[in-house]
Amino acid sequence: MSEVLVVVEATKEFGVKKVTLEMLTLARELGTPSAVVLGGAGAAEALSAKLGEYGAEKIYAAEGEEIDGYLVAPKATVVAELVKRVQPAAVLLASSQEGKEIAARLAVKLDNGILTDVVGLAADGTATQVAFAGSTIVKSKVTKGLPLVTVRPNSLNPAPAAATPAVEQLTVSVTDADKLAKVVERVAEQKGSRPELTEASVVVSGGRGVGNADNFKLVEEMADLLGGAVGASRAAVDSGYYPHQFQVGQTGKTVSPQLYVALGISGAIQHRAGMQTSKTIVAVNKDAEAPIFELADYGVVGDLFKVVPQAAEEIRKRK
Amino acid sequence: MNIVVLVKQVPDSGADRNLRSDDNTVDRGSANNVINEMDEYAIEEALKIKEAHGGEVTILTMGPDRATESIRKALSMGPDKAVHVVDDALHGSCAVATSKVLAAALGQLNADLVICGAESTDGRVQVMPHMIAERLGVAALTGARKLTVDGADLTVERQTEEGYEVVTASTPAVVSVWDTINEPRYPSFKGIMAAKKKPVQTLSLGDLGVAPAEVGFDGATSAVVEHSKRPPRSGGEKITDEGEGGVKLVEFLATEKFV
Repeated sequence: MSEVLVVVEATKEFGVKKVTLEMLTLARELGTPSAVVLGGAGAAEALSAKLGEYGAEKIYAAEGEEIDGYLVAPKATVVAELVKRVQPAAVLLASSQEGKEIAARLAVKLDNGILTDVVGLAADGTATQVAFAGSTIVKSKVTKGLPLVTVRPNSLNPAPAAATPAVEQLTVSVTDADKLAKVVERVAEQKGSRPELTEASVVVSGGRGVGNADNFKLVEEMADLLGGAVGASRAAVDSGYYPHQFQVGQTGKTVSPQLYVALGISGAIQHRAGMQTSKTIVAVNKDAEAPIFELADYGVVGDLFKVVPQAAEEIRKRK
Repeated sequence: MNIVVLVKQVPDSGADRNLRSDDNTVDRGSANNVINEMDEYAIEEALKIKEAHGGEVTILTMGPDRATESIRKALSMGPDKAVHVVDDALHGSCAVATSKVLAAALGQLNADLVICGAESTDGRVQVMPHMIAERLGVAALTGARKLTVDGADLTVERQTEEGYEVVTASTPAVVSVWDTINEPRYPSFKGIMAAKKKPVQTLSLGDLGVAPAEVGFDGATSAVVEHSKRPPRSGGEKITDEGEGGVKLVEFLATEKFV
């Protein structure tokens, strides 16, 4: 079977991201998964056990300052060369900002079609995408070149399938044109052990109804009790209650968790665009007419400052 | 500084949006077509740079005739002029072909700086800035929440999952911006009147030296095979808190095995 390249997403703090495991699981349906690790020195070594656990038969590694010290372009050059050499059946990347950007450059370099935000990929290359704020399901295909797709996190359940991957270090031949955008500093702004927003199986979000930045502690507490990530509506972000990287909606992140908890969120189209493919939705809002209740599997009309602390207490009791 | 802002006309994301049943493209006929919201932040950023450093701001749009409305709207915020790439053969173009056309147009405009929104609200594909930068061989500074210009030196804060990255480059460059970067101005009455007289140059594929076979459905590198409406979600149980709302909420979560 042909190789399927999976471009690995990982963080220093948490290692291999869940979307990578989803991609490896998906790749096994299409061929033999090979993981591609692009990062700083030693990146592949740290990740190889986890990648093997989910079926990576081989790991290609391109590491070092030449790769990690510049924005995206060197990574695309490395993957393009690899694609030309191994002629894979497909290339999978994460539907993150960086994954899409690497894919964008690959598409131009290889004169190849590209499909983003894919939630399913059949063996014949037919991809499923969800468009227009979750309202439309689209089946599409790359018609020129190989299936080059970016996979949306939380599209499938990762399943382990042990393999023992050999690591092949790639010779990095990055050009000067790839080094035009230099990363001079990386600043971590969020601390703590909460899962990443787009990958979390539970997301607890707060909206304008939370009232101020301090009250977001209530949202965070609920997220921690449920083992989830914290999100925020645009209204909450615009009001300065919570940082922009946690914004869920049309101009923020798209999430598709098992459980989405909306606290003090009215449910404007802008917000629904980012969360309405969630499996189960619950909402607390004082306005009985709030549109969020049209989506919610369970809704509580009431004061979130009474309902949420009581719910938190009840969860603690049951633990 | 010669700044070009990419502006896309999209169906209003606040209303019902559809794909056409005949050719699977975005249904623009039935939609309220507006400037892609994120592009307004790109225009604002360009105007701020011009105000601080001098230069000229040009709007570049690829789209059908009706995109003229969005171009005038963009000009009413303050840019100097616009270029509209319009050609019937462009209908059905994929992202790869679109980047080819925009890069060809940018090649004629000699931009020091290209600014665009981080994504459009219709496709949300997020690939255009890097595709264009790849074609032009210039730097791409994407996902900016802050942009600093010092002569030819550019510094952005790029929003990431973990925080942000400080990324530097020199012009010429493509910068894409998120809606956290500024607060777009509203067009003044004077601006709206002035926009009517600002030059809008139209360019055809022939003017750009791009063959019709490279774009549109013929040149597309991907295709929509079929599409369908997702059944709308329907609300479930809704209770009014009468002192036990929190407990009842947790009872529901417990039956769904979340607690």
